[in-house]
Amino acid sequence: MHIPDGYLGPQTYIPLYGVSLGFWAIAEKKLKKQLSLKHVPYLAMAAAFSFLLQMFNIPIPGGTTGHAVGAGIIAILLGPWTAVLAVSVVLIIQALLFGDGGITAIGANCFNMAVVMPFVSYWIFKLVKGKSVSGVRLAVAAFLAGYLSLVVAALFAAVEFGIQPLIATGANGMPLYAPYPLSVAVPAMVLEHLFPFGIVEGLATMVLLKYFLKHEPDLVYAVSDLPKNR
Amino acid sequence: MTRFQKKLWIGLLVMALLTPLGILIPEKFRAEGAWGEWRIDKLGRLLGYVPEGLKKFADFWKAPIPGYNFNGEGASTTLQVISYIASGLLGVGVCAFIVFIISRFMAKHGK
Repeated sequence: MHIPDGYLGPQTYIPLYGVSLGFWAIAEKKLKKQLSLKHVPYLAMAAAFSFLLQMFNIPIPGGTTGHAVGAGIIAILLGPWTAVLAVSVVLIIQALLFGDGGITAIGANCFNMAVVMPFVSYWIFKLVKGKSVSGVRLAVAAFLAGYLSLVVAALFAAVEFGIQPLIATGANGMPLYAPYPLSVAVPAMVLEHLFPFGIVEGLATMVLLKYFLKHEPDLVYAVSDLPKNR
Repeated sequence: MTRFQKKLWIGLLVMALLTPLGILIPEKFRAEGAWGEWRIDKLGRLLGYVPEGLKKFADFWKAPIPGYNFNGEGASTTLQVISYIASGLLGVGVCAFIVFIISRFMAKHGK
């Protein structure tokens, strides 16, 4: 769901730059207050992980490809604001160095994958987990958090694509930017992320949470209800 | 670096070496690019035309390593695999470094 240059008109990409800038500014404030030195190496690793995970394209036979993002597990392990920072940096580097996602669309792509996705994941995880400490409940919460956060991020991207023909047409009435209407973009993007891409995101989230809870439980942001050190 | 962190870095290195699966498996299943990320020639074939604004902006940024591929479209599979791994390592290095510097700076005044 890395929207390339040319697919969004300025009426869409400029406001989304603004929204992402706003979230980056809040993230900076929050992290300056909360971030402790011991988390710094993990933030670097989180960015590395997200970058690599996104390289594993998953095929739909004869169709499209897609991939997990990793923003869901980063939000659970290190907190949603941390995920905003780590995943935004990844998306910006992907666009600048590798042409994956447009330069004009950096605001949009960061909003979808580095803002919407971590917060949706974090909220779903907290909601499903409740006050439970049972392993099964945590595993289900983690899977759903990863799974649904990717689907919701894809939905946002689909809406951004799908509104283009409504808001920007040329003199001849033809679309100026992304040509497909909401009725095509939303099902196409949402369905492929419901299956199979989201499943991979959900499983990765579940397995990694389990691994961290086993080896470094104190690190896991979303299961410590203590505000200290964050 | 703690032992746990070392283990995680090794895991990331293994992941980087496995990234070519992300191009080889889709190729095997004849899956093409992601929805909504078509290049203009492909989009032109799908639609029968290329939207005006899209045509104007699509190629305005020349990324140094487009598509995680140093060798261009026609490169052999072996070269593509090598450049995909190299891109992965480069991307990891750059992203981890930048995030490390930013977060190190922000955490400076913390605990």
